[in-house]
Amino acid sequence: MSNIKKFMYVNRRAPYGTIYAWESLEVVLIGAAFEQDVSLAFIDDGVYQLVKGQDTAGIGMKNFSPTYAALGDYEVTKIYVEKESLEERGLTLDDLQHLVWEDEDDDWAEKDSIRLVSCAELAQVFAEQEVMFNF
Amino acid sequence: MNLTIQVNEGPYQHQASDSAYFFTKAALEKGHEIFRVFFYHDGVNNGTRLTTPPQDDRNVVKRWSELAAEHDLDLVICVAAAQRRGIVDDGEAERNKKDATNIAPGFRISGLGQLVEGGIQSDRLVVFGD
Amino acid sequence: MSILHLVNKSPYERDSLDTAVDYMLDGDTMLLIEDGVYAAMSGGKAASKISGMKVSVLGPDLAARGISEEKLVDGVTVVDYAGFVDLVESNDKVQSWL
Repeated sequence: MSNIKKFMYVNRRAPYGTIYAWESLEVVLIGAAFEQDVSLAFIDDGVYQLVKGQDTAGIGMKNFSPTYAALGDYEVTKIYVEKESLEERGLTLDDLQHLVWEDEDDDWAEKDSIRLVSCAELAQVFAEQEVMFNF
Repeated sequence: MNLTIQVNEGPYQHQASDSAYFFTKAALEKGHEIFRVFFYHDGVNNGTRLTTPPQDDRNVVKRWSELAAEHDLDLVICVAAAQRRGIVDDGEAERNKKDATNIAPGFRISGLGQLVEGGIQSDRLVVFGD
Repeated sequence: MSILHLVNKSPYERDSLDTAVDYMLDGDTMLLIEDGVYAAMSGGKAASKISGMKVSVLGPDLAARGISEEKLVDGVTVVDYAGFVDLVESNDKVQSWL
């Protein structure tokens, strides 16, 4: 398909309390097969999706957080985390999973997927997109 | 323009499906094309024919079915979300050994790829949800 | 690449209006629908946030909630569903702040 679009998946929901985070991640995984130019943004409570050390044993739900670490294998390598949302929640990048991808054009060097950006910077990224996915 | 509409919530609990319906209708009246209406999350519950709303209330499901018949709309229910929530057509009943079906006329069950395809093929994606 | 920002939640219940305002760039438009229309009332908590911005509100949702047009923040325009469709067409994409 020659028709490559810039897709932005916007995540603003915390995991587990509702199913939105998990089912939107399913769209990202399926969507990867369509080889579009994909980005993910984590804003507001969406940043909680990436927090490391999630253990769902006591609530009887599947822990889907390891899936984020696999996104690099699906060639989803642009993961924007909004700085203000993290700070407002008393979190830093160290509280989040370390997400990486391997760059085949650079001898499979491991590179960071997460880009910590301000709201103003992310608004500019939004401006360049063609399709916004919301869940 | 060519549109894909996404509905993330079921009928009655939220206004999302009503808003999506009136938006879709208005777009059709203005001569725009609806590439697809995709029902996701609890939005799959818009596709059961077994609802019986009171006489003095609108029939959300029937309204979608009628709009689909009138304009040959493609109403797609996400299969993964439908399996979780028990929306079943003949194919799903056979595959998953269910003793009944409940899908409403004009709806079909298909994969998430249908939503992604909508994003690729349409000029705009408009999402209605909670 | 202009964005139509859709907000459907009351500013008293969720922070989606605040985030949408933060993400609005010059040339973008905001459309308030469903419970989002409460943000368009003058004297309300969100009034100062949206004043001066390009904001429209969906008339049928306004009427359903008993809000007359005189109660709206100055500069907010009222559209019907056909106007909603026009806004989707005149912007390059839609961001629903769910």
